[in-house]
Amino acid sequence: MDLTFDDETEEFRAEVRDFLAANTEHFPRVSYDLAEGFEQHRHWDRVLFDAGLSVIAWPKEFGGRDATLLQWIVYEEEYFRAGAPGRASANGTSMLGPTLFAHGTEEQRNRILPKMASGEEIWAQAWSEPESGSDLASLRSTATQTDGGWMLNGQKIWSSRAPFGDKAFGLFRSDPTAQRHKGLTYFMFDLRADGVTVRPIAQLGGATGFGEIFLDDVFVPDDDVIGTVGGGWTAAMSTSSNERGMSLRSPARFLAPAERLVEAWRSERNPAFADRVADAWIKAQAYRLHTFGTVTRLAAGGELGAESSVTKVFWSDLDVALHQSALDLQGADAELVDGWTEGLLFALGGPIYAGTNEIQRNIIAERLLGLPREPK
Amino acid sequence: MHFELDTSQRDFAASIDGALAAADVPSAIRAWSAGDTGPGRKVWSTLADLGVTALMVPEEFDGIGADAIDLVVAAERLGRWGVPGPVAESTAVAPILLAGDDRLSALSAGELIATVAMPPLVPRAVDADVAGLVLLAADGQVWDAEAGSRHDSVDPSRHLGDVSSTGEARTADTARAFEFGALTTAAQLIGAGQAMLDGSVEYATQRTQFGRVIGSYQAIKHALADVHVAVELARPLVYGAALSLADASPDTARDVSAAKAAASDAALLAARTSLQTHGAIGYTQEHDLSLLILRVQALHSAWGDPTWHRRRVLEALAGSAS
Repeated sequence: MDLTFDDETEEFRAEVRDFLAANTEHFPRVSYDLAEGFEQHRHWDRVLFDAGLSVIAWPKEFGGRDATLLQWIVYEEEYFRAGAPGRASANGTSMLGPTLFAHGTEEQRNRILPKMASGEEIWAQAWSEPESGSDLASLRSTATQTDGGWMLNGQKIWSSRAPFGDKAFGLFRSDPTAQRHKGLTYFMFDLRADGVTVRPIAQLGGATGFGEIFLDDVFVPDDDVIGTVGGGWTAAMSTSSNERGMSLRSPARFLAPAERLVEAWRSERNPAFADRVADAWIKAQAYRLHTFGTVTRLAAGGELGAESSVTKVFWSDLDVALHQSALDLQGADAELVDGWTEGLLFALGGPIYAGTNEIQRNIIAERLLGLPREPK
Repeated sequence: MHFELDTSQRDFAASIDGALAAADVPSAIRAWSAGDTGPGRKVWSTLADLGVTALMVPEEFDGIGADAIDLVVAAERLGRWGVPGPVAESTAVAPILLAGDDRLSALSAGELIATVAMPPLVPRAVDADVAGLVLLAADGQVWDAEAGSRHDSVDPSRHLGDVSSTGEARTADTARAFEFGALTTAAQLIGAGQAMLDGSVEYATQRTQFGRVIGSYQAIKHALADVHVAVELARPLVYGAALSLADASPDTARDVSAAKAAASDAALLAARTSLQTHGAIGYTQEHDLSLLILRVQALHSAWGDPTWHRRRVLEALAGSAS
């Protein structure tokens, strides 16, 4: 066992650190869930892209730099320590991107990925429907074959980035006779196409981080089908645990705020909070080390699989506890809006999105522990 | 960067598992509790044959001179089977306190089982009445010691003894010895936690109520999933701390404390959840689960309780209080 990083990785770390220090004026100041902030984030994506630092794990030909997973972790450590914000483009780069690498055509990759990486096109996810949340395979929005393509109809909801984004991706039922996850096809569509209506939804904190998408005879060419017709579920799920996807959330996302929590505690050193503050840092460090184990296994050709459910439960619960502890340190001032309240409200979505923690616990119990499935 | 066990470490773990599976450790624990250390000593001699007692002893005293990672690999297995006796004290702490001492050879061969008290955090020596050597250590010094009054532990296999020094003080790296004691205890807690989880999963797939195996109910599934999460995320801290110790990192105290706090918490969660999953049968002495529940209850606070260790993490991060 060995936790030292090679010289190349450390040189890369220095490059990222220097770049961020020199570009703080480009950091978006406003949330990407507000119109003003969204354009700031689009600009920030461009700044990163021009420096070759937008999608480092991608191949060079699509704007990446073929970075190793370890370099990606180091990049994220520098990124979040510098106080740089979460990326508006993450839904595209971490969900659709990996799906296109695995199931897309050469034409699709060339057409879509560079613009996704540069922020020119920002993508929204369109998975859930009003009646299909955790039970995603029950979805009812339809795709009907027509001349040269498909007509999409139906309704998507909780679509992150839909209010200000450019395009969206999601699953539609292309075979009405097939049951559940059979007969679903993976489509990309333009959020400004005829027949698309986006209704922004104000989130808990007031910003419009997600929205509802109504599709009324929206034409999509065959070129915007990903993978095979009827193979959408497999395509979507095969990359849901991709190592470059949402499921391998960077440890720095939690270690950086844990370090800030320790700093906040230092000013008064209130012993009543010592346990909670220490625990937040310990858990963030646990996730960091656990991720090094994962990176080691993936580098040896292993797969992430259901293991991502373990970490999803862990980091999402940690994120909530960490932010609540930071607020509790402030006594009566805890309710005043600041970075910690914003962080808490963001963290509260963690146990819900990307598969609720209840679904994740089912996956852990059934696929990792081998407990029997719930009778249907 | 490589944060996985290598083949030889995995083989070492498998050989310990194989030997202990065949050794009827539960009977040895029960006998040890009743004052008959014979079966337990047989288990220790099996472990000595595998090199476990020699790991931390330098080669010049017929030891292996292994690093802290190998020690943690072994301690996790010993915790998994609940090996009775002063595991951390004899295999990890005593070899450091006895640096340069001829008695290391006997310790390495498993002929000598040692125990240690290190007040204030380790005020009594476990199994002082049966160990061949009792040590008292504090603040850079170590003494040979003798056992005094005996105290019952919540884990009946642990007999705790007051100790008093009998000879001259010698200098010793007591700080490093303490880290090894805490780390080895953390590793045993992870092993015990994993064993209780595995046993509970097995029970939950066999026990039927209301016409279904109880493991098909979400109430059981989610509770056991939480144990899995806790154990999986505590284990890397234990191996990370072993690396820090092996490399003499300046972060060693922080990392060992993070490991011990997380391992104590994870093992306690495993114990409580396993008991609840088993129901009344788990609440009996007759069931082997009880042996690990009580072991974890004792080790939770041995070599520094989680609150003490969390404070030490915070001190390392935020500096000492001014």
